[in-house]
Amino acid sequence: MKLSEKELEVVEILEKDARISSEDVAKMIGLSLQETDELIKKLEKEKVLVHYTTVVDWSKIDGHEGVTAMIDVKVTPKRGVGFDEVAERIYRFKEVKSVYLMSGAYDLSVIIEGKSMNEVARFVSNKLSTLDSVLSTTTHFILKKYKHDGTIFEPLAEDDKRIVVSP
Amino acid sequence: MKQTKSYLAKTVEDLKPSGIRKFFDLAAGMEGVISLGVGEPDFVTSWSAREAAILSLEQGFTSYTANSGLLELRNEVSSYMKKRFDVDYNPKSEIIITVGASQALDIALRAILDPGDEVIVIEPSFVSYAPLVSLAGGKPVAVQATEEYDFKIQTHQLEKAITDRTKAIMLCSPNNPTGTMLNEKELTELATFIETHDLLVLSDEIYAELAYDEPYVSFAAIEGMRHRTLLINGFSKGFAMTGWRLGFVCANEELTAAMLKIHQYAMMCAPTMAQYAALEALKGGREDVEDMKKSYRRRRNYFVQSLNDIGLSCHIPGGAFYAFPSIVSTGLSSEQFAEQLLIEEKVAVVPGNVFGSSGEGHIRCSYASSMEQLQEAVKRIKRFVDK
Ligand SMILES: Cc1ncc(COP(=O)(O)O)c(C=O)c1O
Repeated sequence: MKLSEKELEVVEILEKDARISSEDVAKMIGLSLQETDELIKKLEKEKVLVHYTTVVDWSKIDGHEGVTAMIDVKVTPKRGVGFDEVAERIYRFKEVKSVYLMSGAYDLSVIIEGKSMNEVARFVSNKLSTLDSVLSTTTHFILKKYKHDGTIFEPLAEDDKRIVVSP
Repeated sequence: MKQTKSYLAKTVEDLKPSGIRKFFDLAAGMEGVISLGVGEPDFVTSWSAREAAILSLEQGFTSYTANSGLLELRNEVSSYMKKRFDVDYNPKSEIIITVGASQALDIALRAILDPGDEVIVIEPSFVSYAPLVSLAGGKPVAVQATEEYDFKIQTHQLEKAITDRTKAIMLCSPNNPTGTMLNEKELTELATFIETHDLLVLSDEIYAELAYDEPYVSFAAIEGMRHRTLLINGFSKGFAMTGWRLGFVCANEELTAAMLKIHQYAMMCAPTMAQYAALEALKGGREDVEDMKKSYRRRRNYFVQSLNDIGLSCHIPGGAFYAFPSIVSTGLSSEQFAEQLLIEEKVAVVPGNVFGSSGEGHIRCSYASSMEQLQEAVKRIKRFVDK
């Protein structure tokens, strides 16, 4: 689907900050509040704007640090449905945060979040490896998140270094 | 020994300290100030350019470059100017890499002025123009651009300032402080005037990358103007590289040779590591520049609309990152407004009169600040105006 220039601007603005008010978006793109609201509604209906979420640094919250693992999964595709069926069986688990079909050495990249390494290990051995089409899994645990979906978790001090008034 | 003062050059003694300085001193000591008084981007230089400078240091590129700058950089500047602005300059003989647009302005003026030569400075103007003309031995002649024409200079306004000593005009579009940009038609009218009076033009195009509504047209691209133009540009604004101190000047061979004489004796060359950073900035593709421009444009729209909503009327500035609203409705002078706003609401702006007499009744607000800061500033200015 082709977006108008204004629609594209709204998508870019909201992707950076989903909490910005419609009033401010309206001023930024030079439309009325009503026009802006309608435009956002339309993009939501079309599922261009799928969902609004927040990037959380769980590692800061005591007792909720959790672990994230990226799992390379090799599977046998099924006739007629290819990888879609097994992908769907995997992404239905609520522990699974992302599933991507990959080119290269393995087929599916699965990202899992759990409370502990044990919990993730259990999920991989009990739920994932036991699926019929899964041939093998390789689990990588994430040790530290530096940057996630474009957001730097602990940015270096790039605060405003400019002098307060200048020509 | 006589008093030190009596040794000072008369020209320097006569220079007035910039009105901006006063506000800097006022604001610098305060906590919690939101500054809309900053004349530079809020972005940090792209990582790829910074990384290129680091690499150049690691590899030991710490010596002088050719006087007019790295040939590789001049080649890139030449093709950038051709691609972006459709102007053709020979990298070997018509481009000098300078220490910011500031030094380009300085050598351009010194190359053309004899004592007493007059240079027209269109006000409101960047605060350095008139002092630079004086320091070069010339006489700055102020002409006022007015709000009535959205601060676009009209040839009938210029006409009165012409004398037989007038040698050049300083042009700045998009403008600091008004944000006003001249389009092709307006530049063409100006070109006719320049031709009629046989003048040179110092065209300060430092904000050329930040043109939001109409395509940017370089003055040197207007028919017949290339040989009359000393085209000044640089990396400070569009590429967010103010602290690197890197700019350039393009002009025909004779003008360039004259400027190069001054440059080679007074400066030798621009800083080497900064030249490597700039080289990467040009080669690295336009994505960073376009992203910054988009972001400024949205903030401009937000901020100017908000000012108008508050009751401070403001024309839509076509470029740069300044809004220049009228504060006449408050009954205050520019200085009173700026001073009281700073003391009562801790928002720093620059009073319009420091840029020339036609700037009185206005303030310069830079919207190169985060949306959060702008939102808070709008809140505070509204509270101030509503009192
Ligand atoms: C109109 C204008 N010209 C020139 C300059 C100086 O730029 P540079 O950092 O390249 O010396 C500025 C910076 O504020 C400016 O606003």
